[in-house]
Amino acid sequence: MSPKIPGSGLAKGLAVTLRTMTRRSVTAQYPDAQPELPPRSRGVIALFEENCTVCMLCARECPDWCIYIDSHKETVPAAAPGGRERSRNVLDRFAIDFSLCMYCGICIEVCPFDALFWSPEFEYAETDILELTHERDKLREWMWTVPEPPALDPRAEEPKEIAAAHKAAEKAAAAQAAAEAAAQQQEGPQ
Amino acid sequence: MNDALDVAVRLLLVFVAFLVLPLVVGQTEHKVMAHMQGRLGPMYAGGFHGWAQLVADGVKFAQKEDVVPKDADRRVFQLAPAVALLPYLLVLVAIPVAPGSVGAVVDAGIFFALAVMGVGVLGSLMAGWASANKFSLLGGLRTAAQLLAYELPMLLAAASVAMAAGTVSLTGVLDAFEWWWVPWQIVGALVFFVAGLAELQRPPFDMPVADSEIIFGAYTEYTGLRFALFLLAEYAGIVVLCGLTTVLFLGGWHGPWGDDGLGWLWTLLKTAVLAFVVIWLRVSYPRLREDQLQKLAWTTLVPLALAQIALTGIVKVAIS
Repeated sequence: MSPKIPGSGLAKGLAVTLRTMTRRSVTAQYPDAQPELPPRSRGVIALFEENCTVCMLCARECPDWCIYIDSHKETVPAAAPGGRERSRNVLDRFAIDFSLCMYCGICIEVCPFDALFWSPEFEYAETDILELTHERDKLREWMWTVPEPPALDPRAEEPKEIAAAHKAAEKAAAAQAAAEAAAQQQEGPQ
Repeated sequence: MNDALDVAVRLLLVFVAFLVLPLVVGQTEHKVMAHMQGRLGPMYAGGFHGWAQLVADGVKFAQKEDVVPKDADRRVFQLAPAVALLPYLLVLVAIPVAPGSVGAVVDAGIFFALAVMGVGVLGSLMAGWASANKFSLLGGLRTAAQLLAYELPMLLAAASVAMAAGTVSLTGVLDAFEWWWVPWQIVGALVFFVAGLAELQRPPFDMPVADSEIIFGAYTEYTGLRFALFLLAEYAGIVVLCGLTTVLFLGGWHGPWGDDGLGWLWTLLKTAVLAFVVIWLRVSYPRLREDQLQKLAWTTLVPLALAQIALTGIVKVAIS
């Protein structure tokens, strides 16, 4: 290493600030310009209430107990004559208290019916903490802001649904092929 | 009658410059500092890139309550901001901008400027002593120590120019100026500028107001307009220091071309560049510790200034 010139450190400090000044600043002018959120941003939890079966799993798993669910049972008349009446859960209230929620996402993970989703929407500040408890209509509205799921990684495993469908299709094709082969064999000897 | 009008116009112009230039420097500091730190700085006040930020700040300061602490020395406490601010106005009067354009011709201009600038520091001392606050007192005493240490090299550097020009009049210095004075007096210029920065308590010499240690030094107890006056004094001080350095060491209205008529532009340009350097130094360097501060003055600046005087003397004798 060559001997240090006295004052070179001082010059270096000046150079750093001068260089920074010539570059574009990194400030995001938020209210004027919306931020570009990364994929899978955890802004708010949206409810796709058509999928909800009131199984209560989300409410039970929630570490903060911030999900409120009310429901009642309705009887559905028998589908076929002579059949049995069925009972069905109807959702009365679904609310999430976002002043308690810690955005862990366990409710979304645990939902077996794909009724809860992460939405990147984040501008729902309120002046009163009580107003942070959002009811089902608001949660349903946020559903429109949920982005489509990100594309799979290259060479990733197929999603389960598609894999199952493929498997069924292959099975059906194989069965058909076998049936055709059998039919030909029967025709063959004649 | 005509003379009176002439004086009035000159003083009015100086007063306008005194009100506008510090604000321009302050706004530049906002923006330059922000961009040097990768930020944008004020963007809203006034609409276009926050040009009116300091006006808005002024309005805010004017709305604040003027509080004087119970145990403070009331009269002195209230007088201190004026004492800090007014000397810079007086110095600005004596700084020549272009041939013939000067607020008031002072024969012993250099002495006048340096002496009056020293009075400005008295404002901080008064504030520090009168506030009845330990942080203010510490800040005031640090100010005093800094003034003692840095007044000497500043004076010596200025004396070197006075020797070179053979006069202590600011216009006289500029009349005698030749371009090769800049390399000849460059060490003196650096000493003068650094010592001036220290006297203004600008970073990296802002030990007297070190906010992490003594809150805001002598200005701790001040609010509202009086506090704003102290801030204004700091920026007026920058203008005056840069103006003085321009006149003494950089040739004022002399420039490579456009000598006649454009002289004032050269003065303003050089002052602006120096003011930018003041801001640049603030952004780049950390604060000096109290002992480092004293060491820099006594072991570096004073010997350098003395060496500059010796050099000036030798060259002066060799020429004549």
